[in-house]
Amino acid sequence: MDVWSSLMDGFATALTPMNFLYAVIGVILGTAVGVLPGLGPAMTVALLLPVTYALEPTSAFIMFAGIYYGGMYGGSTTSILLNTPGESSSVVTAIEGNKMAKAGRAAQALATAAIGSFVAGTIGTALLAVCAPIVVKFAVSLGAPSYFAIMVLALLAVTAVLGSSRLRGFASLGLGLAIGLVGMDSVTGQRRLTFGQPLLADGLDIVVVAVAIFAVGEALWVAAHLRRTPLHAIPVGQPWMGKSDWKRSWKPWLRGTAFGFPFGALPAGGAEIPTFLSYVTEKRLSKHPEEFGKGAIEGVAGPEAANNAAAAGTLTPMLALGLPTNATAAVMLAAFTSYGIQPGPQLFESQGPLVWALIASLFIGNLLLLIINLPLAPLWAKLLQLPRPYLYAGILFFATLGAYSVNLQAFDLVILLILGALGFMMRRFGLPVLPLILGVILGPRIEGQLRKTLQLSAGDPAGLFSEPIAVGIYVIIAVILLWPFAFRLIRRNTPVAPPAGGAAALAMDADDAVHSNHNAVYSNHKEQQ
Amino acid sequence: MRQIRALRVAAVAAGIALMATGCGATGKSSTGSESTGAAAGPITGLQIMVPNSPGGGYDTTARAAAKVLDDAKISTNTEVFNLAGAGGTVGLARIVNEKGNGDLAMLMGLGVVGASYTNKSESKLTSTTPLARLIEEPGAIMVGKDSPFKTIDDLVKAWKADPGSIAVGGGSSPGGPDHLLPMQLAGAVGIDATKVNYVAYDGGGDLLPAILGNKLGFAASGAGEYLKQIESGEVRVLATSGDKRLDGVDAPTLKESNIDLVFSNWRGVVAPPGISDKDKAALIAALEKMHGTDGWKEALKTHSWTDAFITGDQFKTFLTEQDKRVADVLTKLGLA
Repeated sequence: MDVWSSLMDGFATALTPMNFLYAVIGVILGTAVGVLPGLGPAMTVALLLPVTYALEPTSAFIMFAGIYYGGMYGGSTTSILLNTPGESSSVVTAIEGNKMAKAGRAAQALATAAIGSFVAGTIGTALLAVCAPIVVKFAVSLGAPSYFAIMVLALLAVTAVLGSSRLRGFASLGLGLAIGLVGMDSVTGQRRLTFGQPLLADGLDIVVVAVAIFAVGEALWVAAHLRRTPLHAIPVGQPWMGKSDWKRSWKPWLRGTAFGFPFGALPAGGAEIPTFLSYVTEKRLSKHPEEFGKGAIEGVAGPEAANNAAAAGTLTPMLALGLPTNATAAVMLAAFTSYGIQPGPQLFESQGPLVWALIASLFIGNLLLLIINLPLAPLWAKLLQLPRPYLYAGILFFATLGAYSVNLQAFDLVILLILGALGFMMRRFGLPVLPLILGVILGPRIEGQLRKTLQLSAGDPAGLFSEPIAVGIYVIIAVILLWPFAFRLIRRNTPVAPPAGGAAALAMDADDAVHSNHNAVYSNHKEQQ
Repeated sequence: MRQIRALRVAAVAAGIALMATGCGATGKSSTGSESTGAAAGPITGLQIMVPNSPGGGYDTTARAAAKVLDDAKISTNTEVFNLAGAGGTVGLARIVNEKGNGDLAMLMGLGVVGASYTNKSESKLTSTTPLARLIEEPGAIMVGKDSPFKTIDDLVKAWKADPGSIAVGGGSSPGGPDHLLPMQLAGAVGIDATKVNYVAYDGGGDLLPAILGNKLGFAASGAGEYLKQIESGEVRVLATSGDKRLDGVDAPTLKESNIDLVFSNWRGVVAPPGISDKDKAALIAALEKMHGTDGWKEALKTHSWTDAFITGDQFKTFLTEQDKRVADVLTKLGLA
């Protein structure tokens, strides 16, 4: 097969000692910057760009690929251990991952994240190699109406994380949407909620918001209770994933990959929305819904696979179309250009050896990362045995470093403290934090796509249904929304009939899952208070 | 805005790079080099600020220039750093506040001029010390291959008939180059600029799928980012906005099409206000030397940039004129 032999040639190039060395350097660097919140792979690649001018393009790209994948791996580590997501795509990982860590299952959480990332990364890379041209053709056919529909679907995820009190859930969502409003309006150029402060004109960075609400809020909350609640050390579980962990992880890995790759490949898809969708799906499908909110391994496995598959997906439009869909891809695109290589439809022909070496090095990088990260998981987990005052001081230190390094603006530290105080108050009054984060991420995008849609159709609401994909998604949304009602009707009319087929059982499961989870979250809060 | 925000994540001090490359630095910012630019010999310790994020147009230009400056030993240890925010006005404010600092320069362009008005920045470009304009890029009026518009006349006719129904896509937010081009074009063909239905995309990567998928009436942007697609026929250029036709693009200029408009996006370098004449002369001399090197010519070719080198007072006059033109357009639109 043509693809196969090209790929083998790629492996031959990527496995020369020098190139292999660059791959190793890349993944180690990538893991390091991924672990530090705020320092992402995009920045690292951008900063290394001038250094690599002296290298062969192939070597440079092999290193960049290592950094990119490494960053995706590393990002989950702080999320799980310190509740401090380093990147927006690992926000969801923090939800269950940190709960697992607190229950003494940090090593398992890190391991499922690492293996899930490996599985997703490998499948994603394989898809990239095989079907880049097809994916791209599909991606281009989507416009603002389809994206808007996808966002609405993602918004449904909010209903699953509202918590036991609808009122508090919506209050939190409202706060998130308000925070998402800050910045310059992209249509009229008006500034919203910036209070004349130019540093607010670009809006608040999601990493700063997430770190403030999760890490700073949590640290303040713990500090406020440290004297009253007795110190109980975080238990140390077994260092490796047990049989049931494997059993509960492999399906979420695959489903996460299925969510992640297409979103990564879409020009406006991104890595965040698939992680949300994966989380919600796992929650609904899980056989242990009661564990969600307390540290369910599925809630780590799925989203982590999703964000790594999205990383692979992102490279698809970048290579096949010259279309960067995230920051790292944009910087790598700039790197291509500075070597005089134009990514685009002809790239696979004109730069075949380079592209295949790059793809081969993605496979190699993935394997290297697994080898490096898996033994590290139990070591990282030991970090949590630090006494709480030191541990939280460390968390605050990394949170501050992360927030500062996003923009190198001291102003962001002020924002961090203000939102950290907000995070503390939310814990005090039992507001769930997740709807807020969802609001901040989804709000501006939904608004942007809706306004774009209406602008494109000159204000005609029919424009919302102008793309087949959009209509299809609305049908799915309608089915999801109406199914519980329809199901109840059917059951009332035919009282003896057992639930027909898997879909019906699934819907019932979903219903139960949501309810029991609400209780779980609520009791958790009670416990904390 | 997503990508811009995501990109901002990428902005960080070179100190972190040292850490990342394993030099064992402590991660402290190394932005505090003290040496001054001497008139004789290579300039040392020059810092070039990029007012937006790594990987963007200004960043690429600044890093290319810094590399040529270092390679040709015109200056040593030239450092490029990013200070992103508010379309470049955060960087602009910094440069204006660094009054008299002869070791600092900012790479900027038309986008920063617009942003200084839309963000109602107190710092204006006219108060900086203009050093040189480096490159320019004419805009292009583009449609997808399935668009009904075959010529610029077709388009203008339809646009005049119902301006609101033609969605105009561009890769910049209001006040940016891709926004200014269609607004000025509207003015030139007699359409009220406030009626233009401008849809802001998040850079070329976001705009391209909309052109390819034929979602827009037309798109206005620099042609450079789309050369591959133009070559393959997936994107059709109806007209370019430069003084002359663009190499490799088979389309008339607006002037040839009887539309009185010449519009170019440009990038240049400015220094803080109040720097000494000696520093100013040294910096301009360095840029002139750089412009003469083969390395720079190579860079122009690699990035398909059009050379547009002017320095000192000439650039100052140009900058003042651009500033006024942008202010006029944006005032009319209620944005300034």
